[in-house]
Amino acid sequence: MSEQLNTSDKKPEFWRWQENCWADESKDWRSAKAITVGIDVGSVSSQCVVVADGELFAYNSMRTGNNSPDSAKNAFKGVTEKTGLTLNDVHMVVGTGYGRVNVPFSHKAITEIACHARGANYMGGNKVRTILDMGGQDCKAIHCDDKGKVTNFLMNDKCAAGTGRGMEVISDLMQIPIAELGPRSFEVDQEPEAVSSVCVVFAKSEALGLLKAGYTKNKVIAAYCQAMAERVVSLLERIGVEEGFFITGGIAKNPGVVKRIEKLLGIKAMDTKIDSQIAGALGAALFANTLVQKQGPLAPIVA
Amino acid sequence: MIANYGYKDGSGEYYISIDTDKCIDCPVGRACLTGCPKGMFETMTDDYDDEVVQIKQSFRRNLAYDCADCKPSSNRPPLPCVVACTPAAIKHSW
Amino acid sequence: MITAGIDMGSRTVKVVLIDTEASGAPSVKKTHLIFPGDLDGDAAAEKAYDEALSAVGLKRDDVSSVYATGAGRVMVNFAKEKVTEMSAGAKGVSYFYPNARTIVDVGAEEGRGIKTDGTGKAVDFAGNEKCAAGAGSFAEAMSRALQLTLKEFGEASLRSDKTIPMNAQCTVFAESEVVSLIHSSTPKEDIAKAVLDAVASRVCAMVRRVGIDKDVVLIGGMVHNPGFVSSLKTAMDIDEVKLPDIPEFVAALGCAMLAAEAKH
Repeated sequence: MSEQLNTSDKKPEFWRWQENCWADESKDWRSAKAITVGIDVGSVSSQCVVVADGELFAYNSMRTGNNSPDSAKNAFKGVTEKTGLTLNDVHMVVGTGYGRVNVPFSHKAITEIACHARGANYMGGNKVRTILDMGGQDCKAIHCDDKGKVTNFLMNDKCAAGTGRGMEVISDLMQIPIAELGPRSFEVDQEPEAVSSVCVVFAKSEALGLLKAGYTKNKVIAAYCQAMAERVVSLLERIGVEEGFFITGGIAKNPGVVKRIEKLLGIKAMDTKIDSQIAGALGAALFANTLVQKQGPLAPIVA
Repeated sequence: MIANYGYKDGSGEYYISIDTDKCIDCPVGRACLTGCPKGMFETMTDDYDDEVVQIKQSFRRNLAYDCADCKPSSNRPPLPCVVACTPAAIKHSW
Repeated sequence: MITAGIDMGSRTVKVVLIDTEASGAPSVKKTHLIFPGDLDGDAAAEKAYDEALSAVGLKRDDVSSVYATGAGRVMVNFAKEKVTEMSAGAKGVSYFYPNARTIVDVGAEEGRGIKTDGTGKAVDFAGNEKCAAGAGSFAEAMSRALQLTLKEFGEASLRSDKTIPMNAQCTVFAESEVVSLIHSSTPKEDIAKAVLDAVASRVCAMVRRVGIDKDVVLIGGMVHNPGFVSSLKTAMDIDEVKLPDIPEFVAALGCAMLAAEAKH
């Protein structure tokens, strides 16, 4: 993989993704036998990934707009502008993510759970077993086998604790940009106990109480990051944590939470050169590739 | 595959787990579908093309309350969904 | 004989002083509530207690016994005994409604159902604690989003006969949902009713776990919200919910009564 793939060191932001379009210029899609597309329409960001003969060829990542169909179209349009590839050249499209049923040109919808596992298996290799995805409004914990097939999973989209949204609330309360929370959480004289309330509403009052009791802002942030790490770890424990730990989603960009999760688990998260936010769309494109191998290509759906 | 439907919030952890390997060839004709008094289960074809049951989307964020009628705080009887599923594919975390 | 009960809630401190005759019949001498603000636990309890005493011209020495309850009860160092909110609530309700069997207690941070044995003793309870969605905090956050006071919010909901389901089960996510309802020009009263229906349905599910028997009594701060009372009756499918005159003081009153009984 080329170094250009690494976007995580550019301006670290939380779930407020950098819009980003990339293509592997060493390859020519015109010579590929099977070209498949995965579209992941999330609540915050949308991705389009192009896979040529089972290998990652291009992707585009952008903020989700007002509606899922347009977000899907725009994500694909970015790739067209970059590579000249149009829907007529694509042999199958699979949609995933929260808006997966609203991708107007997709042949099939597959859940983000299965797609994340498949994508992580490609990015991190067949040693990936435990996947954590923390998005803007949900948190997923997935256990998979060496083929990237899901063996155990859970999702939590009911409660804001342990999601990007929970972090945003604390960022607002402390009046500190979200990207600074992670680094600041390590600038403390002593690591504090975790905030005891899980509920974000109550954690907010608890955080105010800690400030009144003389905690510095950084120490309150540290206590909150620790609480978030503990919560995420408790979810991971339900599905069984194994070595080969892969993190995707906004949380991957917050070292304040990631390092604390690693410490609690005693396992380091795997490194990847590919931006982990495309895991879902990549998995969808890989599923599409398998389908093309099995059933042959499908005619494009032009809305 | 173990599919966990539900959530964890400040008040507790509420997951219904379905062991889909035990669910695929259901020997009791999907008795959970009618066993649950609220009809919370439904069949679906999963991402690996197996027909299994899942908890309907509309119930997944509300289990602590939707399951409350089957979980009186004392003298709790066996849960109807768990009883209906003789292959023991269904488990409650609370 | 004078005894005192102190209820250290999450938001307020409540004190009740009672005078109990030799026959055992209590009468309420003083109720007092403070918002502790920056004061920490024990200091807030002392302040509330001393203010209550001086208002009726009493000194600490005149009081035979003090009991404490509430989420912060362990902080009340001068209390002789600490009792649970369930025991205190059940006892306090028996002062007003001796026939009460089911108590619904909805405060700022918790919603619970308590079953009593008909003599003021709690025998069972089920509740939702530590999640704002099942308690008064949920309604409070949504009233802020609607820019209404809690009172206006409750009254507004009574003017609606619509039933709009709320998708979000979390207070934080529900705030966004309320904002988008406002943007889509949904009338405020319909939103208020949707919010109170949602809290009532969650509280009701918890109460059903202990069983619903008459009389049903509602205590805690939400008694002051007529919209909630109406939503609760609908959710529980009952015609009448008894509302004590001093709903937020019921647990403190129960404490003072338990303190007096122990002395007898």
